[in-house]
Amino acid sequence: MSHVTAAVRTPLVTGGKTYADVTEDISKQVEGNPTREWTIAFTIAVIVLIYGAACVFWTWWEGLGVWGLNKTVGWAWDITNFVWWVGIGHAGTLISAILLLFRQKWRTAVNRAAEAMTIFAVLCAASFILMHMGRPWMALWALPLPNTFGSLWVNFKSPLVWDVFAISTYFTVSLVFWYMGLIPDLATIRDRAKSKVSRYIYGAFSLGWNGSAKTWARYEYMSLILAGLSTPLVLSVHTIVSMDFATSVIPGWHTTIFPPYFVAGAIFSGFAMVQNLVLIIRVVYKLEDYITIEHIESMNKVITLTGSIVGVAYLTEFFIAWYSGVEFESYAFINRATGPYWWAYWAMMTCNVITPQLFWSRAIRRSIVWTFVLSVVVNIGMWFERFVIIVTSLHRDYLPSSWAMFHPTLFDISDYIFSFGFFFTLFLLFSKFLPVVNMAEVKTIIKSSSEKLPISVSGVAKGERVANPTFNKDVE
Amino acid sequence: MSDVHGSGKFLVGIFDDDDVVLAAVKEVKNAGVRIHEVYSPFPIHGLDVALGHPRSRLGIAAFMFALSGTITALTLTFYTESFDWPMIVGGKDSYSPVVYVPVIFELTVLFCALGMVGTFIVSNGMGPTVKPLMYDLRTTDNKFAMAIDLSKNNIGESDIEQILKKSGAAEVNVKQF
Repeated sequence: MSHVTAAVRTPLVTGGKTYADVTEDISKQVEGNPTREWTIAFTIAVIVLIYGAACVFWTWWEGLGVWGLNKTVGWAWDITNFVWWVGIGHAGTLISAILLLFRQKWRTAVNRAAEAMTIFAVLCAASFILMHMGRPWMALWALPLPNTFGSLWVNFKSPLVWDVFAISTYFTVSLVFWYMGLIPDLATIRDRAKSKVSRYIYGAFSLGWNGSAKTWARYEYMSLILAGLSTPLVLSVHTIVSMDFATSVIPGWHTTIFPPYFVAGAIFSGFAMVQNLVLIIRVVYKLEDYITIEHIESMNKVITLTGSIVGVAYLTEFFIAWYSGVEFESYAFINRATGPYWWAYWAMMTCNVITPQLFWSRAIRRSIVWTFVLSVVVNIGMWFERFVIIVTSLHRDYLPSSWAMFHPTLFDISDYIFSFGFFFTLFLLFSKFLPVVNMAEVKTIIKSSSEKLPISVSGVAKGERVANPTFNKDVE
Repeated sequence: MSDVHGSGKFLVGIFDDDDVVLAAVKEVKNAGVRIHEVYSPFPIHGLDVALGHPRSRLGIAAFMFALSGTITALTLTFYTESFDWPMIVGGKDSYSPVVYVPVIFELTVLFCALGMVGTFIVSNGMGPTVKPLMYDLRTTDNKFAMAIDLSKNNIGESDIEQILKKSGAAEVNVKQF
């Protein structure tokens, strides 16, 4: 218990919150009736989901011909959306695992929402994998299951099979990590519950948690190992996604820079999405004392760093394409910047490389409006990055006679809209029925990182309990 | 399991602060009282050591599960690709372990995570139908409870109450299970 913090550190929890305040502030949005804003937002999300689901159904019913694909461009919005969502799904586990290993205390206020975002984003990504199979009932063929075709197995040398393993492992481990983090908070809500139904439901999901010292010791040990496992896991996922491209021979894809470049891009877009969600949550649920400008600034610093890595990767790719002397590679890049899809390339460059550099200014980094707008811009840019990589490399490769253009149809667009409906429906359900901030973890940092007021955290006025010397030494 | 879920008559000292309860554990133990368990809304570092709980062996379990994942993945790839239906794809030999590193890694992590979490749940006696013995409902909010099993102590009830109060307990309650 290092309760002595340097005075120069800015507090992570403001308003002089006590332990009871933490419970109250965060549990009350779970316990109360849904607010009007929530109901409106949820209704819109469900309508979008229903519209999107109908379009996805039609895509399957009619076949993938409803998309704008042709025999030259066989991957377009489907895989763009898939990679985009998987990328967004990188921030949650990064925050909860890597920042736990680095002992970054600010993670405690945002990890719950970020992990929820991760899980839902990975589900959205998986939905595009199912969609682009065209016949989703055959999705089981991607798994190494004994089957009726004799000794037919999946090809373990294929990056697409690696991806099946990577994404499903990532989803499972993230879900487990998130759920384990929820258990103590579910127990808190169980013990506060007034109605029998919620006591029963939260009781069942809290698995009989009682908060004994032994359980907590095991729990912390388990969290540490899970964090240690998730850290290489989170890096492996986008590495493997990038190998879907990098192990092929298409110009613009066949590069060894892809894994680190994709991972940096994933963290970049993931943090931008966390910013968007968290900025809304903190206002709607009045959590400004828990998710402070400090938190937002820290995340903006991560965005600036990863955005700059992505920028360096773009330039490196371009340089290597020329320096390699491979004319197909050089053409692929010249075609990206000046070919028929030049606008997508420059949208990507502007949104990912130029505008995030504004965060070098402290005022912009700490401005809520700027953060929100730039985060949206980053995610637009990251969508275009995937579009540029996929479509511009495919539409003009080795055989000029096969060159073609890709034009999205209504179903390309609607199936993308589906994923937004799906994501926001799940996220809104999460934000209503589960505590959006990890109460137990915030309580652990309250003594060290809270704004000091004349009341100690336990709600006892300073100077009381002089009988206990340890207490006074640690708190004052 | 039985050491977490007690039965009988308990004296429960309620504390307002994590540091007070940590110091109180040492004081109460020094006074010769056997502590059943301490309950808190968040982890208190050093509390398990102060209570004399043995170090968790979850790490060993995690390693064993990880190893089983590695072995499963090695067996799966080797059996399917070199034994059951050998195939040369992309000029790679029918068994080229480097190509299987992603699958081996992912299954290692998956088995380890699920196995360890399962072990955690089982070893704590947790489950969806388990009704926890709560010594005080406020221990999942802002209070810290020190439970003392009266049947396991030779010191009288009122003496223990005095010791608890002296060590900083804000209130002392009796709890019967």
